[in-house]
This record gives sequence, C-alpha cells and structure tokens, in this order.
Amino acid sequence: MTEPAETSSWPPPLYLVAAGGRRALDVVQALGRFGRFLGEATAYILIPPFKFDRLLERIQFIGFRSLTIVILTGAFTGMVLGLQVFLTLSRVGSEAFLGPAVALSLIRELGPVLCAVFVTGLAGSALTAEIGIMRITEQIDALTVMALNPRRYLITPALVAGVITFPLMTSIFDVVGIFGGYLVGVGLMGLSPGTYFGQMQTFVGWSDLTMGFWKALSFGIIVPWVCTYKGFHCGHGAEGVARATTQAVVLASVLILVWDYFLGSILP
Amino acid sequence: MILVQNLHKTFGRQAVLRGLTLEVATAEIMVIIGRSGGGKSVLLRHLIGLLRPDSGAIAVDGIDITRLRRSALDAIRARFGVVFQGGALFDSMSVFDNVAFPLREKSRLGAAEIRQQVDEKLAQVGLDGMADKNPAEISGGMRKRVAIARALVTQPEVVFFDEPTTGLDPILVNTIHHLIVELHQKFRFTAVMVSHEIPEIFRIADRVAMLHDGVIIESGAPDAVQTSRNPIVQQFIHGDIEGATPKTGSSAGAQA
Repeated sequence: MTEPAETSSWPPPLYLVAAGGRRALDVVQALGRFGRFLGEATAYILIPPFKFDRLLERIQFIGFRSLTIVILTGAFTGMVLGLQVFLTLSRVGSEAFLGPAVALSLIRELGPVLCAVFVTGLAGSALTAEIGIMRITEQIDALTVMALNPRRYLITPALVAGVITFPLMTSIFDVVGIFGGYLVGVGLMGLSPGTYFGQMQTFVGWSDLTMGFWKALSFGIIVPWVCTYKGFHCGHGAEGVARATTQAVVLASVLILVWDYFLGSILP
Repeated sequence: MILVQNLHKTFGRQAVLRGLTLEVATAEIMVIIGRSGGGKSVLLRHLIGLLRPDSGAIAVDGIDITRLRRSALDAIRARFGVVFQGGALFDSMSVFDNVAFPLREKSRLGAAEIRQQVDEKLAQVGLDGMADKNPAEISGGMRKRVAIARALVTQPEVVFFDEPTTGLDPILVNTIHHLIVELHQKFRFTAVMVSHEIPEIFRIADRVAMLHDGVIIESGAPDAVQTSRNPIVQQFIHGDIEGATPKTGSSAGAQA
C-alpha cells in the first residue's frame, strides 16, 4: 500500500483520489477479515475435534441466561400488541381478527427481531466483553501458544449455540407473546377464546412460520458472529473492551434490522 | 536450540526490531534485559510465533518457524511453555482446571493421571491446597506460580517467561526466581526470560542479552555483561538518569 508520506506531497486532486482509494481498500480489507472470520469459524464445525462441552456451555450462556428476559419481553410485547390492535380493530368492528393480527405480527416480524435485539443486549454484549477481556489479558494468546486454535475454542461453539438457541428462544417469545395478547384480548377486553385462537388457525400459514424460523436462524448467526468478532479484535485496555462492546451491540442491532428487511422482501 | 537471525519488525512507521540476532543454547537460562518499550516483549512474541517478522529468521532446532503454516507451527509450539506477564490464567476456571487444561486438551491422559500430574506440579510451585481456588481469589505471586505450573505441566523443552516477577515485592521476586532455577535444575528445560529485575537476574541467568533500539547490543555471561564497557549497558544496570540514552528511553516497542 502507498505510504501517506508520499501521497501528502501530491497535488490536491491526486491526493484526494489516493486518500479515497486508501479508505476504500481499508473498508474492503475489513469486510474481508469479517467474512473470513465467519468462514474459518464455520469450517471448524466440520473439522474435528468439535468442542461439545464448550457448545453446551455456550448454549447455557446465550440461551438459558436470556430466557427470563425473553419471556418477560415476549409477554409484554404480546400484551401491548393485544391492547393496541384490539382498540384499532374495534373502530371498524373487526375485533375477531385480533388473534391472527397478534400472531402474524409476532411470528413474522416482532418475535425474531425483538428477541434477537434483546439477546444481543444481554448475551451478545457479554460475549464481546468476555472475549475482549480474554484478548487484553493474553488468555487468547495463551490458547494459541498451547497449540489450541482460539477460533475453534471460542468462536465456533458460540456460532453453533446461536443457531440452536435463537430459533428456540424466538418460538418461546412468540408463544408467550400470543398468550400475552390473549390475556388482554380475552381476559380484559372480553373477546371469546374460540374467536382468538380459531381465527388464528385460519390466517397463520406454514409460510409465516418458516419466515420467522429463517429470520431467527440467520439472527442466530449474525449476533454471535458480530459479537465474537468485535471481542476478538478489540483494542487495548478497558477502553478497548468497552468500545468493542458498544460497537458489537450497535452493529448487530443494525444488521438485524437490515437483514430483517432483506429477508422480509425475498421470502413469501 | 534457538537461533534468531537479522530479525526486523516495523509497526506502522515505527521500527521495533532492526536486524536483531540472538542465539539461545539448549538447557540454558537466557535473560533478555532492556528498557521499557525497547521491544523485548515483541521479540518474545516472535519467538513463540504470535508475531511474524517483516524479515529475518527464527530457527528452532534448525526449523525456521517464521515460515511455517499454522499446523506445523503448532507442532513446534507443543514443545513450548509460556508464562505470560499477567499470568493469562483462564478466569472462568479454578487453579486446578487451569493447570489441567493443556493436559485435557492436548494429551490422552485419563482423569486420574491428570489429577496426579496437576497435584504434583502445584506442589512443586508451593500451591498444594489451592487447587479449588479461583484465580481472582489468590494473590499476584500465587497467580504467577499457577502460570508457571501450567507452563510446565506438559514438560516443555523450552519455557518462555515474559517479565514473570513484574509487580511483585522483592521477597516474592526472589521466591519466583528461586523457583524457576529449582525447576530448571530439575527438568533441564531451555529458559528464555524477559526481565527488568536488576541485579537479581544476574544471579539466575546463564547468559544475559541486552536489547536496545531493536538490536542486541551486549550478550554473554552475567559477569561479562555486568562489566561491559558499553555505556548504555552500564547506564541501564546502574539505573543512571543521565547517560548514553535519553531519560525517556527507547520507545521502539511502545506501540506493540
């Protein structure tokens, strides 16, 4: 790559082109590193030995520890949906569609997205901080010099755990949310239980379930990927870990929303 | 055993190693001294394969490790033990699990045999009864000893010590040095140590090398280095503020 010292003496138009080119190369290199990181971690799923004990520990770390927040937020999301949708539908006399409206909103969009965002805030940030601290305290170097590949040991189990736990947590979020909507619609607003669930069976199809599943599955890759990458490449000291954690949560959340829109537009 | 030849490493525009050459003989204790930020840790990270040089070679028993692929480098690393500056203990594991970790991951020993070897190593570093403690629950000196036990549990041929006594009181410094010498006499490993501890290291080293401005400016037996006529060496050994090097010293390795 051209040294900045050389380009700084160039005339302004050339200097700007060189600076722009350098910036573009940096971005492409960073994207390449990001992609290669995922590629290597994925390859270690297929290349033995696979660390099953680490996988179970990561499932507990990402999944089980997030369960309370997933149930809590799922319940209140469903209740808010139940209340607002009921009030809106009652204006046009279509309260009977409350069940399908709540279920479709949760299964297709809110369940996968909100669940992924909450798990990013809880487990994703902890994942970045944990790996970042391991980086700055030379624990990752210690793994390397013990001839243990840190990616195989730290990243691959987190990725697999994400793929397993995100769809499960999303389905829990959806079910709890649907019952939250039931509580408000049936328990408070007086809708009949048969109407709530009966209409739901009519309107919610297999394609809605598969869309929610594919979204949750892909978020289960995106969140551990971003969070472990940021931790693995964090800067120096406590400030470096703090910055990496913030960047991981922001980047993962943005990618979740971007990918949600993308999948929403290509899936039926 | 280890031959470093004409090693160069630059971070950005900062040249940290500028043609460094060093030889470490089998079963000796080689101590590398030099001012803070002088590139000692960068050199050590090259020796254990964590950094690749811009140019130059590091031969371990005739094999240039700077050109090896990861799998071949791992095979060489399996002969190494490393004691990191802060210990680098896994804080999610107990003292026992930390020391047992390399055996569990890299050997085919059974649980009973691993327990026996770990207990033996912990006893050798004076930590019997501490196996169930968490690294956060023990003192800095104990953490260093756990790190030494972990580095030695696989019976390595070469052990690298990165400032193993930094931050310890003088009694603990001598205790750790005494422990290293005792273990070295028992297991006859090759030891490469980066240290600031003057004059203590002259009592434990077989040879001392002084790194300054990215090159080794003096190397030899402790007595020879102590009586060197090089003013930079003399200034460093005596800790003189005024002398051949500026007060701020070398900043060659500050970035690394």
